[in-house]
Amino acid sequence: MKYVEEYRDAAAARHYAAEIARTVTRPWTIMEICGGQTHTIVKYGIDDLLPKAVTLVHGPGCPVCVTPVELIDKALQIAALPDVIFCSFGDMLRVPGTLGDLFRVKAAGGDVRIVYSPTDAVQLAKHNPGKQVVFFAVGFETTAPANAMSVYQAKQLGLTNYSVLVAHVLVPPAMEAILGSPANHVQGFLAAGHVCTVMGYEQYYPLAARYRVPIVVTGFEPLDLLQGIFMCVLQLEQGRFEVENQYARSVRREGNTVAQELVAKVFRVVDRKWRGLGGIPQSGLSLTAEYEEFDAETRFGLSEYSAEEDPECISGSLMQGEKKPEQCSAYGTRCTPDHPLGAPMVSSEGACAAYYRYRRLRTDDRVTIGDANRG
Amino acid sequence: MCLAVPGKILSVQGEDFARTARVSFGGIVKEVSLAYVPEAGVGEYVIVHVGFAISVLDEAEALRTFEILKQMGEVDELEAAGEA
Repeated sequence: MKYVEEYRDAAAARHYAAEIARTVTRPWTIMEICGGQTHTIVKYGIDDLLPKAVTLVHGPGCPVCVTPVELIDKALQIAALPDVIFCSFGDMLRVPGTLGDLFRVKAAGGDVRIVYSPTDAVQLAKHNPGKQVVFFAVGFETTAPANAMSVYQAKQLGLTNYSVLVAHVLVPPAMEAILGSPANHVQGFLAAGHVCTVMGYEQYYPLAARYRVPIVVTGFEPLDLLQGIFMCVLQLEQGRFEVENQYARSVRREGNTVAQELVAKVFRVVDRKWRGLGGIPQSGLSLTAEYEEFDAETRFGLSEYSAEEDPECISGSLMQGEKKPEQCSAYGTRCTPDHPLGAPMVSSEGACAAYYRYRRLRTDDRVTIGDANRG
Repeated sequence: MCLAVPGKILSVQGEDFARTARVSFGGIVKEVSLAYVPEAGVGEYVIVHVGFAISVLDEAEALRTFEILKQMGEVDELEAAGEA
């Protein structure tokens, strides 16, 4: 496939790795923001190709993982209602709230459906006028345009039986929360390529300057990651802290302005609670006044509900780069993809699930890329 | 969650927010909304996320990842490795 295979070339990957090794003179800690990048790193053993001085830590970039338990609980309560068709991306169904998960609601007779696109949920609403169709609008900036379009379409169609349970989160405020933490040891960032495809990267200039941290907008294939790491390490070694764009084949400085306009029409920025990280100011989206009639929380009277997360899951320290999955006492034993305690074990992009899938047979902490692939 | 994949536009229909395309992902063809990439046309590659194209891929920029390697004087070794 064009724009895919060539970025998985093993020889080119080794050459980027060699350039990184030649450039590095001292230890550096770099965080990749997006769960999709974490998945590539662990799947292809990118971190094993790097010199030991470079440590990659896995960031908060998995919207499934950061959706607070109380929103999961709200989803469960709505999905269990008669005459409701509850639609979600597949990743969300196994995420545990305090009241169970969506699969359990489905097993108990709830009409829970996995959709590929939020506009599929709008079509369901159109064809099922006797049902309330609710879409679990989870995601980062990447997914916001699609979710905004579903609400826009519902209004255009005059649908009164469509609503969205909004769990949207924004990346730059989370990066700022990590950088501003006294425990922070992240020295450079690989920013999320698809978030930036939508939003551009102008928002990162003040962050890079204020915290003196290089930020490299990075793609998702193995060569993208290696080039992004190389660009980041080069900046660190040279004492620079600039915003650079590795993923320029998709990301423009200003982003996708058509998408941004519709997102700004449908959504407004609000404070939001992140699972594992707590409340972060101005870090989420909610519907604007023009579209608030489509808010599922209001429609189903759940605005006041709240719940606390499982204390054993270390997802908070994980997503701030303080710990790795193996350092959790429940990892691989009480917490597995079939029976997750916390969200990072659920989503394929969650760091715990990626480690469990590709690394659980490891006995030492460094193996070759060949071993990683066989594992 | 932010998984988005490149595909080639085979045909286009409709206009404005209702503009859609048949997009081939290595042979698997799906209908994709072009609402957010009004500039995209047949033959171009788009990055697609949950049924929506969010960017048109820039071929010249795509090649830069390899040009940088070339500039670093690695191209000969690359070719040697390819022949080996």
